[in-house]
Amino acid sequence: MSDGNQPPASLKVVGTRPIRPDGVDKVTGRAQFGADFHLPGMLTGRIKRSPHAHARIVKIDISAAEKRPGVKAVVTGADLDVGAGGDIEAGEHAAAMKDVAANCLASGKVFYQGHAVAAVAATSPEIAAEALDLIEVTYEVLPHVVDVDEAMAPGAPVLHDDMFTKGVTPKPTKASNVAQKHVMGRGDVAGAFAAAEVVVEGRYTTAAVHQGYIEPHACVAAWGADGQSTIWCSSQGQFLVRAMTARILNLPLSDIKVIPAEIGGGFGGKTTVYLEPVALALSRKCGRPVKLVMSREEVFLASGPTSGSSMDIRLAATKDGKITAAEMTLRYQAGAFAGSPVNLGCMTAFACYDVENLALVGYDVVSNRPKVAAYRAPGAPMAAFAVESAIDDLARKLKMDPIDLRILNAVKDGAKTVYGATVRYSAFIETLEAVKAHPHYKAKLGPGQARGVAAGFWFNIGGESSAAVHVDEDGGATVVSSNPDIGGSRASMAMMAAETLGLPIERVRCTVADTTSIGFSGSTGGSRVTFATGMAVVEAAQKVVADLRRRAAQTWECDIAHVEWKDGVATCLDPSKDAKPLSLKALAGKSAKTGGPIAAEVSLNAQGAAAGYGVHVCDLEIDPETGRTTILRYTAAQDVGRAIHPAYVEGQLQGGAAQGVGWALNEEYVYNSNGLLDNASFLDYRMPVASDLPMIDTILVEAKPNPRHPYGAKGVGEVPIVPPLAAVANAISAIVGQRMTSLPLSPAKVLAAMGGG
Amino acid sequence: MSGVEYLSPGSVAEAVRALQVDGARVMAGGTDLLVQMRIGRTKPKLVVDLKRIPGIAGIREEDGAFIIGAAASGAALGEHEALRKAWPGIVEAANLIGSTQIQGRASLGGNLCNASPAADSVPALIAAGATCVIVGPNGEREVPVEAIQVGPGKTTLANGEVLLAFRLPKRAAHTGDAYLRLIPRTEMDIAVVGAGVCVTLDASGKCIAARVSVGAVAPTALLVEAAGAALVGSSLDDAALTNLEAAVAAAARPISDKRGTAEYRTKVAAVLARRAALIARDRAQKDGAKA
Ligand SMILES: Cc1cc2nc3c(=O)[nH]c(=O)nc-3n(C[C@H](O)[C@H](O)[C@H](O)COP(=O)(O)OP(=O)(O)OC[C@H]3O[C@@H](n4cnc5c(N)ncnc54)[C@H](O)[C@@H]3O)c2cc1C
Repeated sequence: MSDGNQPPASLKVVGTRPIRPDGVDKVTGRAQFGADFHLPGMLTGRIKRSPHAHARIVKIDISAAEKRPGVKAVVTGADLDVGAGGDIEAGEHAAAMKDVAANCLASGKVFYQGHAVAAVAATSPEIAAEALDLIEVTYEVLPHVVDVDEAMAPGAPVLHDDMFTKGVTPKPTKASNVAQKHVMGRGDVAGAFAAAEVVVEGRYTTAAVHQGYIEPHACVAAWGADGQSTIWCSSQGQFLVRAMTARILNLPLSDIKVIPAEIGGGFGGKTTVYLEPVALALSRKCGRPVKLVMSREEVFLASGPTSGSSMDIRLAATKDGKITAAEMTLRYQAGAFAGSPVNLGCMTAFACYDVENLALVGYDVVSNRPKVAAYRAPGAPMAAFAVESAIDDLARKLKMDPIDLRILNAVKDGAKTVYGATVRYSAFIETLEAVKAHPHYKAKLGPGQARGVAAGFWFNIGGESSAAVHVDEDGGATVVSSNPDIGGSRASMAMMAAETLGLPIERVRCTVADTTSIGFSGSTGGSRVTFATGMAVVEAAQKVVADLRRRAAQTWECDIAHVEWKDGVATCLDPSKDAKPLSLKALAGKSAKTGGPIAAEVSLNAQGAAAGYGVHVCDLEIDPETGRTTILRYTAAQDVGRAIHPAYVEGQLQGGAAQGVGWALNEEYVYNSNGLLDNASFLDYRMPVASDLPMIDTILVEAKPNPRHPYGAKGVGEVPIVPPLAAVANAISAIVGQRMTSLPLSPAKVLAAMGGG
Repeated sequence: MSGVEYLSPGSVAEAVRALQVDGARVMAGGTDLLVQMRIGRTKPKLVVDLKRIPGIAGIREEDGAFIIGAAASGAALGEHEALRKAWPGIVEAANLIGSTQIQGRASLGGNLCNASPAADSVPALIAAGATCVIVGPNGEREVPVEAIQVGPGKTTLANGEVLLAFRLPKRAAHTGDAYLRLIPRTEMDIAVVGAGVCVTLDASGKCIAARVSVGAVAPTALLVEAAGAALVGSSLDDAALTNLEAAVAAAARPISDKRGTAEYRTKVAAVLARRAALIARDRAQKDGAKA
């Protein structure tokens, strides 16, 4: 459902809802995902993983495995060569390549259960499994720590003896698990608290949660006899896989070609490598193609998740509800290596609100868990859980409507964020007003039911992208995209090209190219593809249109200024010529005679991505005897700029809300006292199933199309996972009668809080 | 899963013979067995698929009694009108197992013999007073369902024995059964607690017989005789239900694990037993209205 804003009448394709071209293959199982590739002579790879949460590797003996007939290669960390290491920009974060390499195959120490220590390639899965048992690893088991607060406590087992907290001066003399301290703020916080008429405060915790993509990581790597290698894999960025694999194996980029497979979900979790360098190292050793596919258990043990967190927050306000100051400390789990998104948590925490005095401190903390990976709006949902809960406390304390309170404090264009950016093209207030006017917000609640409201923010990014548009001889067009299609981007790329060229959408196809067939692009992440790659598509299509006009002018022997391009047809405006209009089809058919093939490729660094704001409303009830929550009604509203394909934008809102509800209610990593994961399966890691949720209603707020994009697009994929944690928790807190501060709000926890447990 | 042989015998005798082999395992729907083989928890040398044995996947009614083949699928149970009418609690328990895909395979025999403490159909079968028809090298025997499970993954079936069918007695007049489970989600989950209740009323609505069984609160599903006794003689009034809850809570001896704490399970077992008892009573009353 849209809020009724119609796209400008001049737009014929943008804003419509054609069926996505990749849809049928995906739902019928014909699509080729990462594990679907087979090559002649291909070997099965398997990874040997640590059974311990934390241990020193004393010795790895691979001799027996190597001697087993059918085993063609065995590799360990010693087969990787990351050289000087360095960072690689991976979209929303920079990846430290030494750590990425040590995460692919451990060197010296294992930091979590499931940490890869060796890999084999064999002629059958059975032999590969046997070979794993034949690899003998001698460990010296070390004390472990999985909780973020315990990892920061004095005396905690220290994971990395060379980790001296960055961001504190003077540099600490003792190694600790705190990789970095981030400090941000402005104004006179202490003064504002001293003068505050109302103060609310709380301590909040969230559990580590996994992205939960359907498709486990998978790849095939083939080392070429001439040193040129090919990798087929499912990832969020073929160029990122190429860059990381090249760095980890110390190879030139042009020696690796990465062919993107169809991808079965990523949500940020596929913006790094786990398998590709290992598969290629195996293939290099034996000269045969090697396939590596993770099991679901391996996915849970050794990929993703995002950080669990612990946070303290304090708000100062006037009795009219104006927030005058906020103080917050955020402690995020990074997993085994540095790099939690805690800095993004600090930056986004108050990005929705105009707060004069702010003090934020973030700690990036390692512990014996898998290294975190990006997950939709990395770092923002946890911070928003604390902030939006505290604002809910404030609304209750002041007996104010939660939306009115937010409108009173909402950022407006021109405001400065705590991280220095100026707010532009924002429609947060319009989004809040759209929710207030929606029938859901006015609907009466039944007995025992409650309603929660929460907001959320995400930056959205632009960056480097490439795209090409080819006009076919029969008058159709092909768009070549540089980004794997996760959320329906083939459809939106084709739509923007069709709009620009003046073709019906049925005449435009979009393909996703490998690393040798299109210019460089950043990954599918940061909600950037429709914005940045879309911009490249439109510019390429505009170049094609310019070329078509030139060819028409040439045909008519008129000045190009007299050629108008509209709805896919060139018209001659020179009154002295009696020229019949030329359609794209007519021009395409004659291309050989007017200068050859018609095509254009554009590479750019897109600037001007506009931030997005979301507001969610959740109605729910709780079984007072079991503590079980049932979500009754859910509406997600979002400032989306302009929706290129509204149905897929709605899908993003619904998907983000569903994942956020799971985060709020049941998802968590359960560790036993040995630091081993107790629930590495979809049975006991409880993501919501379809029947857990009502149909999620959506409101697309198109009040402020992004002027920096040819069709007004903003990123939309990440904002919707930010508000749900607090939207759910605020409603549950209302029923329980006390602030619920610790996620997930599983039945046992809720029953205990209600006094029943 | 290397080196596994598969056999699909056409008779009980052939199946029993095949099961004398060391490392042989019975398979009905395979929804437990195949998963366990895949993750390497069990490594049978021979899989003996029962489904081709005549009658083992069917459901028969004989003078009001039902004989449910051990390998009859959840879907077959759900589609059996008469069974659904007579024993709605058993059918709803069986139909809670897994998803549509799993329902096409999962059987009551597999659910019982897999011996998970959380198996959904087991408390319902115990409450209904079902018995098991078992054949083996030494012939046939019949025992109550509650005599099968002895602990997680362990049963009283001897080597080479096969569960052939469940027998449900002809249902007494004014009888109703019900099964409820608690899962944090709405499907595709394992019971944190399950409770099956079967009650028989007299013409005045007084309870004259009751059986209560709870799952996932002990190493096996429990028949809680004291809980049934708490209902007998009452009209399932509040006092009787309070006694039922106390009896269930006293009998429960759950562990705390990733699926729930012992304290939570004990509380919820009592709650579900009470709620199931009320549903069973309503069904028993309706049964009377029709009779
Ligand atoms: C996705 C999924 C969801 C599930 N959800 C649930 C759920 O909600 N509730 C629940 O209770 N279970 C659930 N299960 C477990 C399983 O589906 C059930 O236990 C099912 O009833 C097993 O029946 P089956 O016929 O498939 O057994 P099988 O896998 O064929 O056998 C299970 C065990 O019993 C033995 N066995 C089978 N039949 C006989 C027999 N006639 N005589 C002697 N031994 C026998 C086998 O040797 C094996 O050890 C789920 C499983 C999956 C994969």
